[in-house]
Amino acid sequence: MAAKLRRFTLLAFLGLFILFLYGPTLTITLLSFQGPDGGLTFPMNGVSLHWFARLFETQAVGDFGGSLRRSFGLATMVMSTTVIISLAAGMAFRRRFYGAGAVFTLTVASLIIPSILVSLGVGLLFSALSFDPSWYSSAFGAQLTWTLPFGLLIMFAVFNRFNRAWEEAARDQGATPWQAFWHVVLPIIAPSVIGIALFGFTLSYDEFARTLLTAGSSNTLPLEIFGMTTSVTTPVLYALGTLTTGFSFLLILGTLLVVRVLAARRR
Amino acid sequence: MLDATPNRLRGDPEAARAPEGRARFRRLPARRLSLAPYLQALPLTLILVFFLLIPMFALVVVSFFDYDSVRIIPAFVFTNYTDVLGSAVTWRTYLNTLRYTVIVWAVTAVIGFTVAYVLAFEIRSRTVQMVLFLICTVPFLTSNIIRMISWIPFLGREGILNTTLLKLHLIRQPLEFLLFSDFAVVLAFAHLYALFMVTPIFNTMMRIDRSLLEAALDGGAGWWRTITHVILPLSKSGIAIGSIFVVTLVMGDFATVRLMSGGQSASVGLMIANQISLLQYPAACANAVVLLLVVLMMIAAILRIVDIRRDL
Repeated sequence: MAAKLRRFTLLAFLGLFILFLYGPTLTITLLSFQGPDGGLTFPMNGVSLHWFARLFETQAVGDFGGSLRRSFGLATMVMSTTVIISLAAGMAFRRRFYGAGAVFTLTVASLIIPSILVSLGVGLLFSALSFDPSWYSSAFGAQLTWTLPFGLLIMFAVFNRFNRAWEEAARDQGATPWQAFWHVVLPIIAPSVIGIALFGFTLSYDEFARTLLTAGSSNTLPLEIFGMTTSVTTPVLYALGTLTTGFSFLLILGTLLVVRVLAARRR
Repeated sequence: MLDATPNRLRGDPEAARAPEGRARFRRLPARRLSLAPYLQALPLTLILVFFLLIPMFALVVVSFFDYDSVRIIPAFVFTNYTDVLGSAVTWRTYLNTLRYTVIVWAVTAVIGFTVAYVLAFEIRSRTVQMVLFLICTVPFLTSNIIRMISWIPFLGREGILNTTLLKLHLIRQPLEFLLFSDFAVVLAFAHLYALFMVTPIFNTMMRIDRSLLEAALDGGAGWWRTITHVILPLSKSGIAIGSIFVVTLVMGDFATVRLMSGGQSASVGLMIANQISLLQYPAACANAVVLLLVVLMMIAAILRIVDIRRDL
């Protein structure tokens, strides 16, 4: 009886935690459909798409369209770079090489140095070199210092469990290292590589602190949203939140679907 | 090696060359192998050197510069550090940031350990386990700022919580401390960063040998003793990794504190951000260097207590 009660309590705790994670997001999703006279809190004053329409008028919020385009472009750049570079570095760490320890320390440092310091440092470096900071140069690099360590750690986890026998069999059959990688290693680790792509894209798409001092004169979407939080006091803010969160969810679901299809095809 | 070549192949120039050719072919990939890891690790190293190592170096250099209201003067002065360390505001701000860090760490550690425990040991179906774990991970991939904003309709003066409590006659007036307060800051931190605890602890727990739990039960240990004497010590490295994440994220934060306290509370990150907006770069850099040292010392302390190497 006591064991049953305990199990129930523990499962309830997990349920409450999930509610804690998702409850607020669901609330603003509901509130973003407020009627034109509705406010920032309940009750709902009718149901409409008014605030979504307002979002696409240029006056209502800053430069929503432009910042969305920039964030999307930047996230795509960060994603592809993160995948290729962490994949290569992950392959490197499967063997011993001089300086491996130093590179690893640098990568971990990249993860634990507070974002605002990276932002400030990269900003200073660009002004010292008289480069103009912008989203596709300085912000791009600053974001990579956040996404690459995640990519590399995922690669470590993957290669820890990787059975080298497949690869060696391919080499024994006369495959070049490149062929063994392309036809054997990559297909096996493909789901994790897609995972890194997802991480790279979403971490960049939502990154705020590392972009703050490095994006130059044109804002990315999170910077735009942060600016709005102090000036906008209408459900337009929620509409924006619903849209970006919905987009992230679609992306995550799509990725999971692709990974599942890949896994199913291999069986 | 040539001596081992069968006699019938001797005298045939093609065949005689073949083993030598193969030997060379074999040696070639061996040399390429030794170069390959350097080439593969090079892009990562270059990016981190240019966008992390040199910027941190720039930070240290500028922290010794002088400045006045209009410009920054290259110099080697310690005034920025004496200003930072000699000001009572700095110490108060550091204390406040440390207070946030300790509270958020404790809250997320308890939540993280419990959630990871339920996921790892109470859910028996592998599929349900993975689905629940994914459900817990997905919010990490959505916007932090949106997740902060989404507390407004909950905590506001006319928010859900206040309205509900008023309707239940538990309070007579709306609670004012819910939004734009330390409470809101800690709540938002816990909401944002609990996942950084759940994930590493869950990972270490999944690697615990289940027969140890049975052994503990057979030895007469109850449920609680099994947790405190078997599971907790074996999850230490996961807790340490989660702690490093939470400590560094909270210590360096400024957006959460600014947004959720409504500008009423201070944090080191916020102080740095304010100095930057006033273009007092050398002061901001000195502050940043101090913050970096404090964070590194905290991480060193965590690593002294727990050895996480076997988990990497």
